[in-house]
Amino acid sequence: MVENRPWLTVTRHLVLILGVFIIGFPIWIALVASTNSSSEFVSGLMPLWFGEEGFGNFRRVLANEERVLGVSVSASWMMWNSFIMAMVIAVGKIVISIMSAYAIVYFRFPFRKTCFWLIFLTLMLPVEVRILPTYEVVASLGMLNSYAGLTIPLIASATATFLFRQFFMSVPSSLMEAARIDGAGPLKFFKDILLPLSVNNIAALFVILFIYGWNQYLWPLLITTDEDYYTIVMVIKRLMSAGEGNIPWNIIMTTTILAMLPPVIVVLGMQKLFVKGLIEQEK
Amino acid sequence: MHDNAVFSHKVLPFFLLAPQLIITLVFFIWPAGQALYQSFLIEDAFGFSVEFVWFENFIYLLEDPEYWNSVRVTFVFSAMVALVGMILALLLAAMADRVVKGASAYKTLLIWPYAVAPVVAAVLWWLMFNPSMGVLPFWMDAFGYDWNHYVNSGEAMTVVVIASAWKQISYNFLFFLAGLQAIPRSLIEAAAIDGASPFKRFWQIVFPLLSPTAFFLLVVNIVYAFFETFGVIHATTLGGPGSSTKTLVYKVYEDGFVGLDLGGSAAQSVILMIIVITLTVVQFRYVEKKVQY
Repeated sequence: MVENRPWLTVTRHLVLILGVFIIGFPIWIALVASTNSSSEFVSGLMPLWFGEEGFGNFRRVLANEERVLGVSVSASWMMWNSFIMAMVIAVGKIVISIMSAYAIVYFRFPFRKTCFWLIFLTLMLPVEVRILPTYEVVASLGMLNSYAGLTIPLIASATATFLFRQFFMSVPSSLMEAARIDGAGPLKFFKDILLPLSVNNIAALFVILFIYGWNQYLWPLLITTDEDYYTIVMVIKRLMSAGEGNIPWNIIMTTTILAMLPPVIVVLGMQKLFVKGLIEQEK
Repeated sequence: MHDNAVFSHKVLPFFLLAPQLIITLVFFIWPAGQALYQSFLIEDAFGFSVEFVWFENFIYLLEDPEYWNSVRVTFVFSAMVALVGMILALLLAAMADRVVKGASAYKTLLIWPYAVAPVVAAVLWWLMFNPSMGVLPFWMDAFGYDWNHYVNSGEAMTVVVIASAWKQISYNFLFFLAGLQAIPRSLIEAAAIDGASPFKRFWQIVFPLLSPTAFFLLVVNIVYAFFETFGVIHATTLGGPGSSTKTLVYKVYEDGFVGLDLGGSAAQSVILMIIVITLTVVQFRYVEKKVQY
């Protein structure tokens, strides 16, 4: 560093430690709440230290014993639904985006610009602004209460297409010429050269899209009435609507921990790739 | 661009593009068109009568004080979320940029809330702020402040802002940190040799160089606060007390799905689309500008 000022270093560490505590405090509260019994939340200050019920709470929520979740399906089933949704959305977005980016960068065909703009438009039309008509379209296609309805309408992605387009354009064109001279067709070039080069980008994008899919809230809320298709994130809200005084906070926080766990593990486990993938979006 | 090296297939590219285009047309363009069309209609809730009314839905909306309240709430909410999230993130990033020991540990401990769903963030803070047993009102009580977000609209807004900003800090932090690390050390060293103090260096050199990142984040945060915080409101305040936290997206949902006012909801959707388009154009203008540097 430029100069060494010990008090400045100490301040930096203090601010960071304080930041880590403030950021982490809600999780502490959630972890503590998930180990206490519901009677601890009736009156007085909420518990700030671990109770004895941790094992019991997680067992009851995961298996939905005594219908603690107020629905007929267990948390483990809803986590499975969330997992399917996140995986199909992440993989689906990557597959169709890499295909369309390949078509746009490596081919010349009529309406190429038009296709590009159509994809670009999706960026400007998030689900939230066209809630009702999108619901009607999905309903008229008979896709309510199905995995297809949960995932397919969310699979189009302008951002992922742009990312791959950007990356393909940075691949030296001599690679492609060499492949062509060696007699490789477009599909072989894609499979044997472009795809292996894109592995890092795909992995980074996967982290971001998995989290996006797992954390969907409004969309599953709209199109599922059949409890078999509920996701773990949306059931939390149902528990919240029990009315003040009856809210089962220990059950909610147990469910909350379960809903956070998979995406947090993905982020922390693939931290380097995730950070890289995120920062690339700006470019 | 790859103009000198392209394949000359005529059919293959359309096969490659087909899935993306079909989904875009069916689930994006078509519903958007529907919204536009419905915004010119008045339909009763049972679908018995439909009347084409030109801009009546829009005029009704723009004359409705409830709608303007919602506009105001959304702007206050978004500005607060963006400001709180960005200021805290910048502070943490500026500190983390210079620490040598434990840098990666801090980074790990600060980025994980990115993975938390907005609705989950809302539920966590809703419990902590619970007026009867939450830990924060308990502490505030020690200072003689009586917290109740069920009746006080400012306090309800505070909770949803904190929950939404908390989740966004990690995202902002990562971008600010990347921006800070891209600043050439020689610039800062030169200023240090000239005798500029660390604070002066930050404000006069680092901060201006960071402004493109800050602008990018501002747009991203506003888009986030506008459109992705539905869950925050829906799981906690339900737009209340009164309509003090009823954001535009929450109102579209409520008017469309609960109130079954199809024309009114569609008109609101159209206005929201205009807002998103504007924000996207602003964002891309900025990206283009940056490329020219």
